[in-house]
Parts: sequence; structure tokens; C-alpha cells
Amino acid sequence: MFKQKIEKILKLFAPKFLWGVDPKKGPLYRHMFNYSRLWRSAVMLTALSAVLPLLAITWFDYNVTQKAVESETLSRTSRTVSNTKRTISGFLAERKSALDFIVQDNAYAALTDPARLAVILENLRKSFGGISDIGVIDATGQQVAYVGSYPLEGKNYSDQDWFKEVVERGIYISDVFLGYRNEPHFVIAISHEMAGGSFYILRASIDTERLNEQLLNLELGAQGNAFIINTEGVLQTPAHHHEKVFEKIAIPIPEYSPQTEVYQYDDPYGGSYILGYAYIPHTPFILIIAKEKNEMMKSWNKTRIEILIFLSVGILIVMVGVVGFATFFVNNIYIADQRRIKTLHQVEYANKLASIGRLAAGVAHEINNPLAIINEKSGLIKDIFLFSDTYAKDEKLIGLVDSIHSSVARCGAITKQLLSFARHMDFSFQPVNLKKVISEVIGFLGKEAEYRNIKITINVSEEIPPFESDRGKLQQIFLNLVNNSFAAMTDGGNLDITAVLQKNQHIRVTVTDTGCGISEKDLKKIFEPFFSTRTKVGGTGLGLSITYSLVQEIGGTIDVTSTVNVGTQFVITLPLNAEKIKQKMKERMHAIAPRG
Amino acid sequence: MQLLLVDDEKDFVETLAERLSLRGIQADWVTSAEAAEAKIKDHRYDLLLLDVKMPRVGGRELKKIIEKQQPGIKTIYLTGHGSEEDYQAGSAEAEYYLMKPININDLIAKIHDALGNKGD
Repeated sequence: MFKQKIEKILKLFAPKFLWGVDPKKGPLYRHMFNYSRLWRSAVMLTALSAVLPLLAITWFDYNVTQKAVESETLSRTSRTVSNTKRTISGFLAERKSALDFIVQDNAYAALTDPARLAVILENLRKSFGGISDIGVIDATGQQVAYVGSYPLEGKNYSDQDWFKEVVERGIYISDVFLGYRNEPHFVIAISHEMAGGSFYILRASIDTERLNEQLLNLELGAQGNAFIINTEGVLQTPAHHHEKVFEKIAIPIPEYSPQTEVYQYDDPYGGSYILGYAYIPHTPFILIIAKEKNEMMKSWNKTRIEILIFLSVGILIVMVGVVGFATFFVNNIYIADQRRIKTLHQVEYANKLASIGRLAAGVAHEINNPLAIINEKSGLIKDIFLFSDTYAKDEKLIGLVDSIHSSVARCGAITKQLLSFARHMDFSFQPVNLKKVISEVIGFLGKEAEYRNIKITINVSEEIPPFESDRGKLQQIFLNLVNNSFAAMTDGGNLDITAVLQKNQHIRVTVTDTGCGISEKDLKKIFEPFFSTRTKVGGTGLGLSITYSLVQEIGGTIDVTSTVNVGTQFVITLPLNAEKIKQKMKERMHAIAPRG
Repeated sequence: MQLLLVDDEKDFVETLAERLSLRGIQADWVTSAEAAEAKIKDHRYDLLLLDVKMPRVGGRELKKIIEKQQPGIKTIYLTGHGSEEDYQAGSAEAEYYLMKPININDLIAKIHDALGNKGD
């Protein structure tokens, strides 16, 4: 039901050729191409050759753009990591330099003076901030001076790892730890050699707050995260959205590399991240910047949608163009093909009529001579009866002879009609008596009318003079129209043929029947080739189409009006003066004649 | 008035001549162009009734031959059939071009007509 509706709507807009040819409809249709297949192939081939390159280019562009965006994402992350690494390194180097400056600027004696050390701590706090305590440790590991919140003076560090490292390397930066203060902080310690080979260590505790700020200030977007872990994977700074400080991070500890590295990490929960990391030299710190991949590829998503829209619109335009062109060209072929078939059929039809004409003439001739003999013999018998007076009064004998005579006359009339009809089959312009032409055609179909009890009235105005026209074509025109009317009528109908003179220039012939009529919808298509409502009973749908062409060829016009169940009227207008049309034909003959 | 009937159908031409004579028109008849040529040598005719289609020499050709010997002789063609060419040319050449079978009274009227034109 739904499918039928769709088909109905499609038929309104789709070109006729898609439904125009049904090989089952009649023998002529098999001469025509399969247009819907032709159209489909044309659309498919053109579409493929246009859409495939478009798809390939888009696919190529899609990949190139995606790769570019990905590589840009990685390099951007790498840049951020490198910059942050520099900042953190700078932060640490600054504090180390401060301690270096203090040991250069102050003698050991001054540093071990708690008052002086307190001033130094105060100055450090003012300049750098975030420094909670400071202490001086001598070569034996004893804290000889300390300024801070806790009573750590006198504490011995000689057995601690960090003490050994400072002694060995001259500097030590610790992991972040909570310590007594219960605040995350780390320690920077430097050793200073004194004259005489001895040394001491200056050690300061630094809050991680400033460090945290540095990391938090990075503009990483909503899903970005920058934090520091130590070599064991323990968080040194808070990582929002992630674990708290001192928790072990979920991602594996990245391998050591002297440069900044970036890689993609897919977590087991389906999340995908771009991770950039850098080992900060001479510290246990590893800087990590993590960004959610989807977030970073947002710009790509937008571009991707744009590419897809471009592709869709491109394909749509190509398809509209392809369908339009294919329809236009196939429709032109269809029209040309229809014309070809029509011409073919017209020639075939004319040939058929000519053959029938020749056959009829042959038969008429063969019959005419014996008929003439019968005519003369029976005539002589009657003559003998009448002239000799022997049987003049024998009414029965005279009646018999008269009967033979009238039968011969009837046969003669038929053969004369046949001969006359056949004689005028040749196409050429000649003076034509319209009444005679119509009578001949009716004479040809008269027997059928008689059997079917169809009443034929011919009313040709006496005013109409003989006029120049193509007699053969006129015969065909009236034969087609009368045949058409006969087919439309049931037995006992009326056929009326009336011809009148119009303004001394045209002859108007109306052929009116009391047949089944033609619906308004069909009326529009009635002169179209292959339109027929009688395909099942042998109609080709070409009769009226050919009639239309023939009327045009002799310079006339044809029109039709009809009411269903009342009847149909064809109106033909013929020119009295054929000069124009003759001239036209001459030009056409000249145009197609071979040159030279 | 003297008539010559030429038709290859003996049954037809013989009977027609007899019917004409019953009506007071004397007509000689032959069944071939050759016989007609022989006949014309020692007779003078006013009117020829010629069949158009005959074996060897047809009516139209025969008319041309006879006309050389008797210029201005009148002709009526009789034919059982006729092509368009025969019809067109025949109608122009002869007084009448009649289709078989013919009506005897019609033929007599045409004969009188044809000869009347001559002024006899």
C-alpha cells in the first residue's frame, strides 16, 4: 500500500521513460531500449566515476588532517612539559643558589650564631617565601645551629642517607615528606668546604606550596593535569582529579630519559591520555603532564564534522547533477527512439496498406474479366428474350436474368471500389474530391458497419471544391479515424462525418461517434505514440499518433473532444491551398537529396 | 457508324458485339492487336473500343499504331483494372476510360457522346 503510494508520487515527477516501455505491451516495444536499465547504468557509472575520486580525496585529507592534529597535540604537550621542566628546575636552582650565596657570604662562625641564622632565615622568607627552617650541620653530622619551629639543634644525621649523599655530591634534594610539621615539604642541602679541608652543610626545608602553585598555574584545560612524582611513583604534588599527595599513581612509572618524552596511554577503563614527562636533573622528581586525548582532539572533532559535511554536500551535489544529466540524456534518447519507432511503424503501416491495395487490385482484376463476361452473356440472354419476343412476357425468366444482372453489378461495384482504393495508394499531391475519398473509405468499411448495424451519415457540403492534397494520406487519416470510432462503438452506434467550408480557406471535417468516449486524463495523451487503451485487443497505440503526423504533413490540424459514455468528436482542418505545404515538402526533399 | 472492338476475351467481345448489333450499332471484333492491325488495313472505323491490358500489344500501344493510319480516330478504353498511370494517361488519351463490367446503355450513351463530339 505504502509502496504503491510512493510509486504514484514518483510517477508524477519521474521521467516517463522509466515506466514508458513495457515489452509485454506489444510487439513494437521490443524494438525499444530498456530505458530504466540504461538510466540506472548511466547514473551508476557517472556517479561512481565522480564520487569515487571525491571519497578518495576526502579519505586522504581526513587522514592527513588527523595525523597533523595528533602530531600538533603531541608537540604542544611536549612544549608544555619542557617549559614546566625549566620552571621547576629554575625554582630549585634559585633556592640552591640562595643557599650557595649564604655560605659564600657568611663565615662558618657567623652561620652557627643562632641570632645571625635567624636573620638569614627571615631574609630568605622575605625574598623567596615558603622556607620553614634552616640549619647548619658540621662534618660529623651534628646539627650545630638550627632556626625553626622544632628543637632540632644537636641532632646527629651522620647515619642518614641524605647526609652521605651531600657529602658525596655536594648537593641533595629530598623527596617530599610530611615530617614533624605535618606539612608536605622537601629539603635542599648543600655542603661547603672550608679552608683546612673540613666542611659543613647548610640545610633548608621548603614548603611545596610554591611548587604546587607553579604547576596549578599551567593552563592545561579542563581535563589537563600536571604533577610531580618521585622515582617510586609516589605523588609529590597534588594532582587534581587524581590521587592525593604521597599516594602511588596508577600509571606505570615512565622510563628514564634525559629529554622530554610524550606518549599515549590508554587506561584499563577505556580512557585515553596523552602523557608528557621529564626527569628533573639532580632531583628525585619526575614532572608529568597528562591530558585527556578526547579533550585535546576537540578541534579535530570539529574539523572531522566539517569534512564529513563537505563530503555529504559534495556527494549530494554530484548525485543531483548526475541524476539530472542522466535523465536529460536518456529522455532525449527515449524521445528520439520513440520517433524512430513511430516512423518505422508508419512506413510499415503504409507498406501494409499498399500491399493490401495491390492484393485487392489483383483480385479485383482477376474477378472483373469473368464478371464482364457474365455481364455480357446474361445481358445477351435478356436481349434475346426482349428482342425476339419469345420470352418477353415470361416474367420469371426476365426476373432471373435481372437478378443475375444486378448481382454482377454489385460485384462490379465492389471490384471498382477496390481498384479505385488501391489506385490512390501512391503518395502525391493531386486534385482531390473530399466526398469521393470519404465515400471510398466508408465503402471499404461499409460491410462491417452493416453487420454491426452502425449507422453512417456523410454530410459533405457542396460548396467544397476539389482541392490539392495527398489523396493517399487523406485515405489513411479517415480510415484510421473511422476504424477508431468503430472500435469505440458497440453494435448499433452512429457515425457522422460532416465537412464544411470555412472562410473559403479551410475545410473543417468532423468525425463524430456515439462510442464509449475518452476520459479527460487519457484525452491529453491520445495522440502520443504508444498510448493505447486497447493493447490487449491488438492496439499498438500508434494509429492516432500516425493520424496526427499525417494531418500535419498535409498542412492540417486535428483536435479531439470527448465525453465518457456519450461519444468522441475529432475535428480536422485542412487547407484549401496546398502551395505552402508543397513548398515545404520540396524544401525538405531538397535538403535530404544528395549534393553534387 | 463503324466500330472496332478489340479484347483478348473472345467470350466478352463477341457477346458485346452481338448486343450492340441488336441495338443497331455495327461493330467488328477481333481478339488481338495483330488481328486489329490487319483489320484496319481494309476498313475505316469511326470508333475503337480497346481493352487496355492484352497480351503482347496493349490497347494504348495499339491506339498509337492505328492513329498513324487513321489520324483523329476516336477511342474508348475498356479495362478490368488499371494502374494509376494507365488511368491518368488513358483518361487523357481517350474519350472515355470505362471499367468492366459495363452497363450496355451507359456504353451506348458514351459511344454516341464520343462520336457526337466529332460532329457526325
